Amino acid sequence: MFSSIIEKIFSPAARFLRELGNIGLLFGECVYWGVRRPFKFNYIFKQMEFIGVNSVVVVIITGVFTGMVLALQSYYGFRKFGAEGLVGTTVALSMTRELGPVLTSLMVTGRAGSAMAAELGTMRVTEQIDALIVMALNPIKYLVVPRVIASFLMLPILTIVSDFVGIVGGYLVGVKLLGINEGAFINKMVKYVDHEDIYNGLVKAAFFGIIMSVVSCYKGFYTEGGAEGVGKSTTEAVVTSCVTILISDYVLTSLMF
Amino acid sequence: MENKAIKIIDLHKSFGTQNVLDGINLEIEKGKITVIIGKSGGGKTVLLKHLIGLMKPDKGEIWVDGVEITKLKEKELNDVRKGFGMLFQEAALFDSMDVYDNVAFPLREHTKLSEKEIEEIVEERLKQVGLLGFTEKMPSELSGGMRKRVGLARALVLDPDIILFDEPTSALDPIISLTIDDLIKETQTYLKKTYVVISHDILGMFRIADKVAMLYNGKIIEYGTPYEIKRSNNENIKEFLKATKIPGFSGGD
Repeated sequence: MFSSIIEKIFSPAARFLRELGNIGLLFGECVYWGVRRPFKFNYIFKQMEFIGVNSVVVVIITGVFTGMVLALQSYYGFRKFGAEGLVGTTVALSMTRELGPVLTSLMVTGRAGSAMAAELGTMRVTEQIDALIVMALNPIKYLVVPRVIASFLMLPILTIVSDFVGIVGGYLVGVKLLGINEGAFINKMVKYVDHEDIYNGLVKAAFFGIIMSVVSCYKGFYTEGGAEGVGKSTTEAVVTSCVTILISDYVLTSLMF
Repeated sequence: MENKAIKIIDLHKSFGTQNVLDGINLEIEKGKITVIIGKSGGGKTVLLKHLIGLMKPDKGEIWVDGVEITKLKEKELNDVRKGFGMLFQEAALFDSMDVYDNVAFPLREHTKLSEKEIEEIVEERLKQVGLLGFTEKMPSELSGGMRKRVGLARALVLDPDIILFDEPTSALDPIISLTIDDLIKETQTYLKKTYVVISHDILGMFRIADKVAMLYNGKIIEYGTPYEIKRSNNENIKEFLKATKIPGFSGGD
């Protein structure tokens, strides 16, 4: 009785820690195989296309509308004490420091992270991963490393796109729709937004790219139990990636402050 | 040892409390087709996966060409694996590549051959399995039997000494099964490599086997030519052979 209570409390925690450890191990293996020849550039480029290029539209839509709604909301607040000119600064700071990297990562997780887990999961249950091993090829080098490198490189680039279109969206709503003075909008933005703000956001995005791809690949790579298992891995990949991204976002931001 | 390709000594493997392999002893002859038969879920696939290092035994040894493989590190194991080819149960073709790239893949990764030379080998192999006109098809566009043929072509492409077959005719209709059996026999007669086939398809296997090993309760209970197996007095074998419902197929002396 008593031991079962202890088990109920501790076994999820133990499972979580074990999982975290395994994800860490996979990342370690990724680094190990990532720096060893031969480099699989064609695999990396293919994944960059899938993760990066194919996500551009969804990132633009998310970014524009986020910038637009930010302008609306901050205008509503700032108007109360006559500081409408700061709307541009608010939009730009929010986008570059926070919403650009986070929203981009979450959208890419939904699009590409789920696909990674589903693809690797299917390869696991249909023995394609075993087939690679039997051919004396390391499946982590061929399947996981290209996805992690591509995510690491593409997320910051997508974030730049998101930052830019978000600010454009904020400009359109703020200046063209709500009639904020264009000079004030742009001048204040340029004055108060530093390179550092943009740079920190991009570092975060690169970090989220690693988290998203390693977690998703981990979930897919160790799938068990046929089609149902693939479904489960895909769901877990997205949920775990998103939660980890949001938690690490706080940690990273507080470190960069 | 010279005419033995694989030597399995007292191999044990259990999952939880279930002893799947309970002391397997078997010597597989070079250049012959050895068929391991047994019930579904009786550990045949587990045994096969041990031969190529996809699973590690709890106890026991496996010697491949004079090398004990169960204690090897990944890197050394990979050197051994280069001498193997394997046809998986569902063929395990890479979905993201067409037929040609699937067969060419091991060549591109393990040899320095030019694309032109690779093309020659791939076409030769695809011709052997009767699928020369299908190079641009994706695996999802192929039938189960065709996928197995491509899988066989891929398993053969690096000229391995030993080829493993995991239930080559499961999930195929009897006619396609026949053609796959014939293909296995034909390619072996031509290439003279060591084939290890696991199956529960008794009839088909008796047609192609040089040697048959019967796996029962985690042990090899009989090993011999198909003729010897058919004449065996072991009750478990008789029962298994009777399941074919062919009068006189089993029955000791």
